[in-house]
Amino acid sequence: MEETNESPFMKYLRKDRLPNIFCAGCGNGTVLNAFFKGMEMAQMDLNNINMASGIGCSSRIPGYVKCDSLHTTHGRPISFATGIKLGNPNMDVVVFTGDGDAAAIGGNHLIHGARRNIDLTVICINNSIYGMTGGQISPTSPQGSYGSTAPYGAFERPFDLAELVSAAGATYVARWTTAQPLQLANAIKNALNNKGFSFVEAVSQCHTYYGRKNKMKSPLEMLRWMKDNSINKRKADKMNPEELVGKLIVGEFVNKNQAEYSQELYNLIEEKSGNRSKSIKSAYMGD
Amino acid sequence: MIKLDPNLCKGCNICMEFCPKKVYEQSKTLDKKGVHIPIPKNQDKCSKCNLCALMCPDQAIKVEEDDEQ
Ligand SMILES: Cc1ncc(C[n+]2csc(CCOP(=O)(O)OP(=O)(O)O)c2C)c(N)n1
Ligand code: SF4
Ligand code: SF4
Ligand code: SF4
Ligand SMILES: [Mg+2]
Repeated sequence: MEETNESPFMKYLRKDRLPNIFCAGCGNGTVLNAFFKGMEMAQMDLNNINMASGIGCSSRIPGYVKCDSLHTTHGRPISFATGIKLGNPNMDVVVFTGDGDAAAIGGNHLIHGARRNIDLTVICINNSIYGMTGGQISPTSPQGSYGSTAPYGAFERPFDLAELVSAAGATYVARWTTAQPLQLANAIKNALNNKGFSFVEAVSQCHTYYGRKNKMKSPLEMLRWMKDNSINKRKADKMNPEELVGKLIVGEFVNKNQAEYSQELYNLIEEKSGNRSKSIKSAYMGD
Repeated sequence: MIKLDPNLCKGCNICMEFCPKKVYEQSKTLDKKGVHIPIPKNQDKCSKCNLCALMCPDQAIKVEEDDEQ
């Protein structure tokens, strides 16, 4: 039984590691709550979940969760997760990553994971900046936004991650913000249920770096900004690009069924080597 | 009943901002960590929507159902 004075999510957390290391009001903790809520709605067992993350504030999340996890090298969690899934396709594999981790150094792993449609649930916390290392511009920083590496404002064009991963072939893609935690939890539920590459972009507040550099120094200012500028994809699809400047398009981008990579690979092994593949596997099982 | 763990709360005020029923109030005093811990003052107005607990980045809130007391 859970203790009555505790958050409903405390039973999933490594209590001895709390309070978490995140700045007061950082969106990472809210995304974690939304994950637990989504996991409950999907009726998924935490004991069967294996997490992987890269490097960044967002990538520290799995370390707080009572499940097996790999805290890997910067940009590589999808590669490690691919290994977990192919080693044991019965695991539910979840990746926590940041915009820098997933889209800059790890950009190739992201698109190829999507292209293969391997059954992973990737939760990318997009705070539009490198939080952990001091506010450098990331591939998702909006044009004109300020960062420690863009004192005159970023002039590069950013990636739209949900669109990028959709185009690369993911079979479930959604984007919500930390100001819409219920919708975010629901998207995570759908992502966990999807048998294939699922990508949930959680737009989140790093008020410490992104906020302070962009005239929104408190988490509340950043949450209001996200709430006020979100437009549902269904509505946005009927608007023209000028009307959408500075807006955050939220909602479901892709939800479809397609052949999944680990399943296909195991089918191939079965087909080509039949019993032999079982004997190879048993060598590693001990008997 | 709202249970707010002062050891976990970092005083970000997200619960206060997002509660649709304005249950939380800003405290006037700082706690030993130097933060203002919100006070769940208007508990009679709480609709038990659980939004505060879902948003709290530090898992500091429990919204108790009436029959749990
Ligand atoms: C190979 C390598 N290059 C660079 C770094 C430095 N580094 C650590 S975290 C990080 C960026 C993190 O940004 P993001 O993934 O958006 O995470 P956030 O902190 O914003 O959640 C960088 C560049 C590193 N640890 N390893
Ligand atoms: S630096 Fe930014 S991303 Fe990192 S914990 Fe602080 S608010 Fe969160
Ligand atoms: S949301 Fe949580 S951490 Fe923030 S003030 Fe409320 S109880 Fe404290
Ligand atoms: S449960 Fe809902 S109404 Fe009650 S305090 Fe929390 S946010 Fe406010
Ligand atoms: Mg980031």
